[in-house]
Amino acid sequence: MNWLTNVVRPKIRGLLNRRETPENLWIKCPETGQLVFYKDVEANQFVIPVSNYHMRMGAIARLKSMFDGEHWTDVEVPEVAVDPLKFRDERRYSDRLKDARAKTGLADAVKVGFGKLDDLPVVIAVQDFDFMGGSLGMAAGEAVISGFAMALGKGTPFILFAASGGARMQEGILSLMQLPRTTVGVQRLREARLPYIVVLTNPTTGGVTASYGMLGDVHIAEPGALVGFAGPRVIEQTIREKLPEGFQKSEYLLDHGMVDMVVHRKNLRATLARLCRLLTRSPALPDVATLPVPYHHAASGV
Amino acid sequence: MRSYLDFEKPVAEIEAKVEELRSLALAGDAVAIEEEIARLEAKAALALKELYGSLTPWQKTQVARHPQRPHCLDYVKALITDFVALAGDRKFGDDAAIIGGFGRFAGESVCILGHEKGSSTESRIRHNFGMARPEGYRKAARLMEMADRFAIPVIALVDTAGAYPGIGAEERGQAEAIARSTDMCLALGVPNVAVILGEGGSGGAIATATANHVLMLEHAIYSVISPEGAASILWRDTSKAEEAATNMKITALDLARFGIIDGIIAEPLGGAHRDPAAAIAATGQAIGSALAELRPLDADGVRRQRHEKFLAIGKALA
Repeated sequence: MNWLTNVVRPKIRGLLNRRETPENLWIKCPETGQLVFYKDVEANQFVIPVSNYHMRMGAIARLKSMFDGEHWTDVEVPEVAVDPLKFRDERRYSDRLKDARAKTGLADAVKVGFGKLDDLPVVIAVQDFDFMGGSLGMAAGEAVISGFAMALGKGTPFILFAASGGARMQEGILSLMQLPRTTVGVQRLREARLPYIVVLTNPTTGGVTASYGMLGDVHIAEPGALVGFAGPRVIEQTIREKLPEGFQKSEYLLDHGMVDMVVHRKNLRATLARLCRLLTRSPALPDVATLPVPYHHAASGV
Repeated sequence: MRSYLDFEKPVAEIEAKVEELRSLALAGDAVAIEEEIARLEAKAALALKELYGSLTPWQKTQVARHPQRPHCLDYVKALITDFVALAGDRKFGDDAAIIGGFGRFAGESVCILGHEKGSSTESRIRHNFGMARPEGYRKAARLMEMADRFAIPVIALVDTAGAYPGIGAEERGQAEAIARSTDMCLALGVPNVAVILGEGGSGGAIATATANHVLMLEHAIYSVISPEGAASILWRDTSKAEEAATNMKITALDLARFGIIDGIIAEPLGGAHRDPAAAIAATGQAIGSALAELRPLDADGVRRQRHEKFLAIGKALA
């Protein structure tokens, strides 16, 4: 480690990366293989036109897509211990953190904002999968707890967009402790009779589903999202057989009663706004877009 | 027959000699042989003391999983009288990986929840090696709700590699079942005490271990993922389990240092499997004092203590 590797190389890499920003690139739909213009996808809330494949959405883009006028106030998150285990696997955890921060521009995997959704004050937390797989460590846990606390303080609903591979293993047992810690947040909001809505996005597994991710008053899943406790690879290794088609996908969760509805991203904002208004007994807005009816069980054909 | 772990080999050799001499003693010159046996036994005890005084995290992992380590049902048998096991989640089925019921601890009514790993091939299969499915966590939540209603404290004995990863478990909402059980732990208006007996494996453990007072046996481990799991995910190499066990800080001492557990229960020399009765008695005493400490708190107080305790975890490290 020296000045060359620490300073110069990242800068050069930064320059190269900048030139590689995908703005003028074609990307491939992971489902159909169809080539699409990145800008079209971005303009379509990161949903691939035609195939309707829902790509991952970063925290900032998500908050922008939700709050009125793309405007919100960042909810402050208390500082947490950095790398309490002094952990290293193939690499140092502290280096992985640095990379994730540089890559996403975020402090950690969860970003929280306070603002208005169709004129109704709400707190929204978004888990960013690009930050170390959206993993739940002390900082992310603290952010979720801060979100609950802010909603409690302001007397607003709390909306959480989940996307995570699970607990952040590099923080060991301290990451596991985020399960009960965030659940305290859920209980406090529940006691105050304020709505808590979870939007499950692709993918959400492990410690996040085993705590605040499955404790919402309403669970919404984006189409095609992988949601479960154990990841498919772990299950396959345990039972030594192939998993059925569509296993752990949103539509499967709907069939098994784990989510209330699967909602296309283009209807998500209006659906959330309607739910928040209903559950807080706020009057309906006169000119809200009419929503399709996604609420019925897919298999019933209603 | 005692089964020895790899690192216990020096002790195993001495104790094998002792056994050999014992059978000779029956046949002939008793006095001289008795002396030799006493000398060897002292030597074995010393070797054991040295080994167990400085177990590595990986060695502790093996001790925590020792097949002869006392399991949940051994504790229930010794510490609980009038035990009535209850079964079923009232939704789908029963899960023998988590046993539960009501009984008396030191004469008082308690609710017991515990992961049971089993002690023979047949019982291990019946208890699914202590790896619970949603029904286990839903049964736990059901019994906790009942304990809460009847103002009966809860004792949770934890010994699991983790929740079972299977198709059926996912189908029936494994994650939700774990989350609800943790939720119920936090909502209890009665005191709850959790003891990590052997393995405290991730979400499967926290589902019942979210308690006012969390204790750990000296050689137990408590971790976000098994050392093998971490090795395969973080190192992409399952042979790195030993390194993972070390780096992840999973021993009782580590957890006490992080302020995650409230007490460590000393094990007999050579681990709980060498003297199960002593390990169980020590655990009973520790549970007794934890419950006594929590007794003055009312429903709100006990809930507030639990909430504040968990929210405070990690704060002092910042």
